[in-house]
Amino acid sequence: MSVAIGDETARQSVPLDGADVPLDSLMACPQCDALYVARMPDVGERAVCARCHTVLIAPKRKAGVKIIALTLSVIILVVSALFFPFLTINASGFGNKASILDSASSFQSGPMVFLSVAVAAMIIVIPLVRTLLILYVLIPVVRDTKPYAYARRAFRLTQELKPWGMAEIFALGCAVALVKVADLATIGFGPAFWMFAVLVVIVLINDNYLCTWSVWKSLELDQQEA
Amino acid sequence: MTAREAGLVACRRCARVWPMGTERCGRCGSHLKSRDTGSLSRVWALWIVGVICYIPANLNPMLITQTLVSSSQSTIVGGAVELLHHGAVGVAIIILVASVLIPVGKFIAIAYLALSVRRGSNVSASRRHHMYEMVEFIGRWSMIDVFVVAILSSLVQLSVVASIHPGSAALTFALSVIFTMLSAQAFDTRLFWDTKDQRNETT
Repeated sequence: MSVAIGDETARQSVPLDGADVPLDSLMACPQCDALYVARMPDVGERAVCARCHTVLIAPKRKAGVKIIALTLSVIILVVSALFFPFLTINASGFGNKASILDSASSFQSGPMVFLSVAVAAMIIVIPLVRTLLILYVLIPVVRDTKPYAYARRAFRLTQELKPWGMAEIFALGCAVALVKVADLATIGFGPAFWMFAVLVVIVLINDNYLCTWSVWKSLELDQQEA
Repeated sequence: MTAREAGLVACRRCARVWPMGTERCGRCGSHLKSRDTGSLSRVWALWIVGVICYIPANLNPMLITQTLVSSSQSTIVGGAVELLHHGAVGVAIIILVASVLIPVGKFIAIAYLALSVRRGSNVSASRRHHMYEMVEFIGRWSMIDVFVVAILSSLVQLSVVASIHPGSAALTFALSVIFTMLSAQAFDTRLFWDTKDQRNETT
C-alpha cells in the first residue's frame, strides 16, 4: 500500500486491508510501532503486541473505583508514615529512632544535600504526587463527567514519573540495612515501617490495575464531546 | 505493518496514531516523531556521564563507620566483602548484584544496543528489545545501595558507641544510576525493529 507522506494532514482515516479505518480506532505499539486496529479485550484479558509482546490494553473489572479506593489509602498511609517512628535502634544503652523523613534528609554536607532532595522525591514526593494526580484524572472518568482542567497533562506526568517512584526499592533497602547493623545493635520496627510496607504493596497493585490506554481513550472521548 | 509504513506517526505515550507530519499528539500532547533519530546521541551523552560518575562511586567511601574503638571507611565492594566475612552472604550478594553487576551490565547492554542500531546486528530485534526491557526494569533497583546508606546514617547515630555517616560515593553512585536510567529512557526502541533499508531512509 502507498500513502504519500505528509499529504493532507487533516486526513482522519487510512485505507487498511481494503477498508477505510478511522485513525482514532487504530493504535500503534509505543515500543515497536506495529499498527493495530484497537479492539477492547474482554475484562481480565490483555491485548499484547504480536511483535514485541508489550502489553497494549489490559482492562480490569471496576478498575477505576478500585484505583480510587487504593489511592485514598495511599495518601493516608504516606502522611501517617511520615510522622511515626520508622525504625528504632538500641546498643549498649544508647538508643535512637529514625523516621522516613530523617532517612531522606540524612545527606546534609555540601553537595550531598542534592542527594537528600533526590531520596525524598523518590520515596515520598513522587509516589504521593503520582497517586494524587491519578485520583484527579480518574474521578471524572469514573463518574462519567467532563475531565478536570489539565487532566491530560496530569496523566502524562504520572506516566513520566512512574520509573522515578522508588518506594518498593526503599523497602527492600530497609531489609538490607537491618542485616547490615544486626551484629552492631538491636533493631526494632516502628509503626511507620508497617504502614510503609502496606503502602508499597498498594502502589504496586495500583499500577497493575491502571490500564493507561483505556484512560487515554476516555479522556479523548470527553474531549470530543466538550 | 508499522504505523510508519502506513504513513502514520504514532504517539509513544498514548499509542494514538496521527497522519505523518503531525507535531503534537492531539490526545495527550506529547511531541510526535516517527523515528527519533537524535535519540542515539542523547543515549550516548547520558551514558558517558553515567560511566564517569560510576568511577568515583567505586573509589571513594560509601559509608564511614565510627565506633568506640575505631573509625572505618568502606567502599561499595569493600562493604560487601566485609559482609561476606561476617557471614551475611545473602545481603552481600544483593549489594554486589545491585551495585556492581547491574550497573556494569547496564553500561554494556546500552552500549551494545546503541551500536546495534547504528551498525545493524545479527541478533533478532525481539531479543534486543527484550534485553532493553530488562535494562529498563532492573536499572532502578541499583538505587537500593543509596537508600541503605540513607537509612543507616539516619538510624545509627548512637553518640560515642557507633555512628555511620554517608561518604561521597553515595552521591556519585546515585548520579550514575540516575544518568543511566535517563540514558535508557532516551532510547527510541522502534529503531530496533526497522530493517536495514528503512534505517537508511531515516538516518
